[in-house]
Formats: sequence, structure tokens, C-alpha cells
Amino acid sequence: MTTQASGDALVSLNGVNKHYGQLHVLKDINLQVQKGEVVVVIGPSGSGKSTLCRAINRLETIDDGDIAIDGKKLPEEGKDLAHLRADVGMVFQSFNLFAHKTILENVTLGPIKVKKVAKGTADKEAMALLERVGVGHQAPKLPAQLSGGQQQRVAIARALAMKPKVMLFDEPTSALDPEMINEVLDVMIQLAKEGMTMIVVTHEMGFARKAADRVVFMADGQIVEDATPEEFFTNPKSTRAKDFLSKLLTH
Amino acid sequence: MDAVIASLPEYWDGFLRTLYLSVISGIIALIVGTLLAAMRVSPVAALRGFSMFYVEVARNTPLTIIFFFAAIVLPRLGVKFEQFEVAAIIALSSYTAAFIAEAVRSGVNSVPVGQAEAARSVGMTFTQVLGFIVLPQAVRTVIPPLINILIALVKNSSVAGAFFVLELFGYGRQLSNDYGNQVLWILLGVAFFYLLITVPLGLLAHFVERKVAIAR
Repeated sequence: MTTQASGDALVSLNGVNKHYGQLHVLKDINLQVQKGEVVVVIGPSGSGKSTLCRAINRLETIDDGDIAIDGKKLPEEGKDLAHLRADVGMVFQSFNLFAHKTILENVTLGPIKVKKVAKGTADKEAMALLERVGVGHQAPKLPAQLSGGQQQRVAIARALAMKPKVMLFDEPTSALDPEMINEVLDVMIQLAKEGMTMIVVTHEMGFARKAADRVVFMADGQIVEDATPEEFFTNPKSTRAKDFLSKLLTH
Repeated sequence: MDAVIASLPEYWDGFLRTLYLSVISGIIALIVGTLLAAMRVSPVAALRGFSMFYVEVARNTPLTIIFFFAAIVLPRLGVKFEQFEVAAIIALSSYTAAFIAEAVRSGVNSVPVGQAEAARSVGMTFTQVLGFIVLPQAVRTVIPPLINILIALVKNSSVAGAFFVLELFGYGRQLSNDYGNQVLWILLGVAFFYLLITVPLGLLAHFVERKVAIAR
């Protein structure tokens, strides 16, 4: 599934460029993600992976090029953008659970306010999701009372509650203690198995090997390689990727 | 002292009018100030510009001049009102709204940006993000400066006394003339009635601050 063709990609980026002042953070990015595909984006820090991820639901604006979700171009600010974001789940490095809401409310707020789902239905669905990610018994607590791993699993449930077409993960395990990383990755692997379309920015090579359909390697704002995990990890083509992988393997 | 006791009905009338001016202006200023703060953080450049312009003009102009505009210039421009209280409320609320806007804006900025990003990511519109996620969390940091501003508003309402409104300070001036030999007592009486409003406000601030403090 390494082909870049087809106009019916679920997420499609064409000629995307972005600058932070002098810094050219995204250089002519082209990326197509098909329905059900799990794409893992890796690369050294500062390579633009997070910016890429955040640009897909317009948390970062782009200078030129275009981004489309399910055939629809990302709108400018406003109601249309909000509608489109409802279809794109986002999981952040720092969880970003709503600090003044309970765990249950964190998950139900989107469905109730954005999709106008009745509270009873939303509660029931949210509880099922919380059970699924293993934090059902934490429902009445506030986010600050949960561990990082638990908070991140709630954040995944919150995104899933909107029944998104695609899930974006922006370094979901980078802020976690080592022993909590696996509980989050397990949920993500499960999600991948169920056929969710996912774009995952991560440093977890194990996850990339296990769950990814494709690995996209970024360096200096460019996509340097785009290959299957097998191909990428055993036989990287570019020197940048070889260099990056050799540094990982020395530890 | 007996002048104060003899004038209790006037004091009471003035106290009620001061309270009335403060409460009405305070409510209007809270609403307008919050709207101004929302405009200031909105994605629409024109709204941001308007809010910034308004706040800078209103908070950097002496209150007396704003009163002068409301009480004397506005009627000449065709804005008619029956009582000068209306002019006082216009002046006090438009002046105070600028300070409230700044306090609310700083509160909004105190909420981590990730909270708004997460809310936008689930598909909330700008007003929903502000109303459901950012403002409820901003309230916690905004309460103390807001109460300060409201205390200042109560005291600022004394300027109305110079613009034909018989509130506490207006009566104070009148009574000082009537009892020329007891001016000190008369003014102490005026101060006492102001404290009757402002001290409870301060206590309320302490109470609310403890009530809304929450772990992040």
C-alpha cells in the first residue's frame, strides 16, 4: 500500500509548505492516507512531524498547498472547519483533558455539544468507550486524579466518542513514564486492528513495526522515505534514515 | 455627630442610589467586558482591533471626562435621557468594561492553550470553546482582579455626585454645606456607607477564591 496515486484517499496532502519566520518547517509535503491505513510518522526532533500532524486538522495553518479530508478541502476558520474537525480525532502529547470536567464529561462533551446527542445516549456510549480503554471505574473523577497513562487513554476515548473518520496521534506516549507507555500503545494497537485510519507521530519503533501499514520518515521538513515497516527498518534507502536508525539501535 | 444622625434619611437615600449605580453598571460592565475580551481573542482581526482600540481609549481616559461626555456631549448628539443616573450608568459601565475586558483576557491567557486546542479538535466552534472550556477555567484566576475592579467601580460612582446625581457623595457635598461646622463628621459618615458596600465585596472575594480553587 505504498502507492501515492488515487484521488479517493481519506487524508490527502498536496504540495504543503509552512514557514515559521525564516524556518521552512514543511517542505512540499505530499501524503495520501487510504481508509483503514495506519501511517506512522517518525524522524528526529524538529523534523516537522508534529507540525504535519497538527496541520491536518488545522491547528497549524499552512502557507500553501492543500489538505483534504475525505475529499473535502480543509475550510478556513469558522463553522465548516469545526464540522470537519469533528470527523478528525486528535490525541495530544500532553493529553489536554478538560481540567474542570470529570472523566465522563470529558468524553460526552463533544457528542452532546457538537453532535447534539442526547445526554443519556452520550453517557452510555462514553461509559462503553471508557470500559474499552480500561478506565471505566474512573468516570466520576477529575483528570488531575488520574495517572498519565490513564489520562491519555481517556483522551483516546474522548476522540473516539466523536466517531471520527481518522485519528491523529501527536507523540501520544512522549510525556508518559515508561511503565505507562504500553497501556496506551495496547489501546492504539487494538484500534489499528479494528480498522481505524490512523496517523501516528511517535518515537515508539516497536509500535511502528507491530501496527503500521506504512512508515513515513521525515527529516528537515521533508518526507525522506515512505515505505512498509519491514522495508524501512531492514533496508532504509536514504542516508538520513540509516543515520537515524543507527542512533536508535546503539542503545 | 448629631448632624450625621439628623441626616440619616439622606445618607440612606444616597447609599441606595450608590448601590443602584454600582450594581447596574457592574452587571453591564461584566457583560460588555467579557464580550470585549472574547472579541480580543477571536480569530476575526476586525473584532480584535475594535476591542483593543476600545479598551485602550476607555481605560486611558480620566473617568471625569467620560462622565462629561456621557452627561453633556451625548445629549447634544441626540441621545436623550430623563435622568442623569442614565448618563452615570453609561459612563461607569463603559469605563469599567475596559478594565474587566483586560482582567478576563489575562484569565483566558492563563488557561493552557492545549485546552482550547483539544476543544477545537472535537469540533467545537469558537464560542463553544470559550463558553464551555476556556471561560469556566479562566473564572478561577479572574475572580480576585474582578472584585478589585468592582470595588473601584463602587468608589468611582462618587464622580456621579459631581454630575447632578444625588448618590452618597452628592449628598455628602450637600450636607457639608448645610452643616458647615461638622464637615469632618459628615464626610466620615459618607466613607462609612461606602465601606458598607466595599468591605463585604472584599470578603466575598476571599470566600469565592477559596471556593473555586481547583487542582490542575
